[in-house]
Amino acid sequence: MPVLTYRDALNQALREEMQRDADVFLMGEEVGVYQGAYKVSRGLLEEFGPKRVVDTPIAELGFAGIGVGAAMAGLRPVVEFMTWNFALLALDQIINSAAKMLYMSGGQLKMPIVFRGPNGAALQLGSQHSQAWESWLAHMPGLKVVAPATPADAKGLLKAAIRDDNPVIVLEGEMLYNTKGEVPEGEHVVPIGRAEVKRAGSDVTLICHSKTVTVALKAAEQLQEQNVSAEVLDLRSLRPMDEPAILESIAKTNRAVVVEEGWPHCGVGAQVVDIIQRDAFDQLDAPVQRVTQADAPMPYNKHLERAAKASPEKVVAAARRVLYLD
Amino acid sequence: MATATAPASKDQSQAELHRRMLRQMLLIRRFEEKAAEAYALGKIGGFCHLYIGQEAVAVGSLNALRDDDYVICSYREHGQALVRGIPATAVMAELFGKATGCSRGKGGSMHLFDAGKRFMGGHGIVGGHIPLAAGLGFAIKYRDGDQLCLCYFGEAAVNIGAFHEALNMASVWKLPVIFCCENNRYGMGTAFERVAAVTDVVEHACSYDLAAELVNGMDALAVYEATTRAVDRARKGGHPTLLEVRTYRFMGHSMSDPLHGVYRTKEEVEEQRQRDPITQMAHKLIGDGVLDQAGVDALDAEVRAEVEAAVQFADQSPDPEPGALLTDVLAE
Repeated sequence: MPVLTYRDALNQALREEMQRDADVFLMGEEVGVYQGAYKVSRGLLEEFGPKRVVDTPIAELGFAGIGVGAAMAGLRPVVEFMTWNFALLALDQIINSAAKMLYMSGGQLKMPIVFRGPNGAALQLGSQHSQAWESWLAHMPGLKVVAPATPADAKGLLKAAIRDDNPVIVLEGEMLYNTKGEVPEGEHVVPIGRAEVKRAGSDVTLICHSKTVTVALKAAEQLQEQNVSAEVLDLRSLRPMDEPAILESIAKTNRAVVVEEGWPHCGVGAQVVDIIQRDAFDQLDAPVQRVTQADAPMPYNKHLERAAKASPEKVVAAARRVLYLD
Repeated sequence: MATATAPASKDQSQAELHRRMLRQMLLIRRFEEKAAEAYALGKIGGFCHLYIGQEAVAVGSLNALRDDDYVICSYREHGQALVRGIPATAVMAELFGKATGCSRGKGGSMHLFDAGKRFMGGHGIVGGHIPLAAGLGFAIKYRDGDQLCLCYFGEAAVNIGAFHEALNMASVWKLPVIFCCENNRYGMGTAFERVAAVTDVVEHACSYDLAAELVNGMDALAVYEATTRAVDRARKGGHPTLLEVRTYRFMGHSMSDPLHGVYRTKEEVEEQRQRDPITQMAHKLIGDGVLDQAGVDALDAEVRAEVEAAVQFADQSPDPEPGALLTDVLAE
């Protein structure tokens, strides 16, 4: 199987879907002539032309709304945000327009649109460029939210998102674009709403998504050295969330740590913990622990930044707590 | 002989158009009066923004469109919905929140939709739908169509960023969109000149190289003619137009706002009422010999009956099934 970067896997998904369906187009800042701020759209302008690869002004609210309007007319826009931090300006269109169009029209207007771009902290980008938005977005009925961790999932989930008749948020990991992995060629579609066990284990479940899958896998290796068998469950999709997969893993391990890039208060982990306490209460051998970003804006200083982020060491410590090893 | 019949036939079609426009304006007026009554009786809930006084804008502009053009509105859109051909029954039922409403009772006064008539909604966030209009125009151009999108918004929306972003992109990409600003002078209770540095909305067109026209919104025919020119520009070269249509709402901002409130005087409202667009249109038709007063009265009686039937229909229609709560959240 070919090995691709996460970036090229996304590029392949876009190219294949644009070849497959003439209604699919890409719009955003720097997607065309510049070849993409993160080079996800490399080569697409040359292949599909400026009608289908549309460079926009720096006007997130406006071009997100233009995407929504085009989707109202039945096109299938893929709207790229240079980062989800900038997408905050477009939330009115994502939430007040896209997420509600089908409902408030009484089922008349479908909204086949994808909003995608990098999410979460990279390195020393400071407070405004280092935020993870999934708990905000996954809160909204009318949206689907996916956060792929691997190149294969990046391709498969983006293809699923483009084919979906609903607004789908694709959260890409800014630090994942250069990561490599095997990616199936051609028709590889990952169904939205299915988690995947990225590493099987029996003593504790590490529940994670996007970049924190890497963190959890590293933690699982360290735990293995301590004779702890950790299962790594990648949620992949945050709305809908694969509740059966979470419960199945808890039934096996009876212990869980939820890891995420975002802040603790009302985070994705809080939702996962709710599912577990409600439907797996009797199977739990310890309270669920969470590992999140520190509850503060992201600092610039690299030592402080490292201290703020979820890390394998923090996950190991949390796993040891739920195993009563410390 | 042929040359003699052509103008006569044109006159006849003009007369028919004018008669239809008067009827549509009367329909809106009577519909809104009944909506106000129903609101007072608790049959209609939430926010309800009436169109009384502004009828000439929707009627004049929508008559310049084709059925395959898109229309998108703000939350003061009962009038546009009716003129676009959504039956009064379905509009009133929507205000009543009934399953037979044009949005199946899930939208309400601010969210009237009829995809079949390309009526792409009432939208409740001031100015938020202006980019959607550009998106509809984008889709038309993407498919090489010769349709257009007509977008209505109030003057208060001009202070919103979405207005400027949408106008800029519509012009850069030559999208077939008509931006129709219904300037009724007050954003809720705030006079436009108190919050806008540039009070002639048409001047904003200069910033984005749009065609523009200032229009008397109390004269349905003036609105019709200006819109027709904008339609030609949109169909031929995809050139967008900003229309500033000066109008006036005779009622409060919404049902919770008294007739003139503290932000405008009773005298001002009364003065504007002297320019009532329906009276003006009726005088024109009588002057042209298209209708006499009895004919106008007959039209009025006809629409009153239509509105009465709409109220009865809405009243007798069922609420949505309880299960409707969770349908249409996502498409299957």
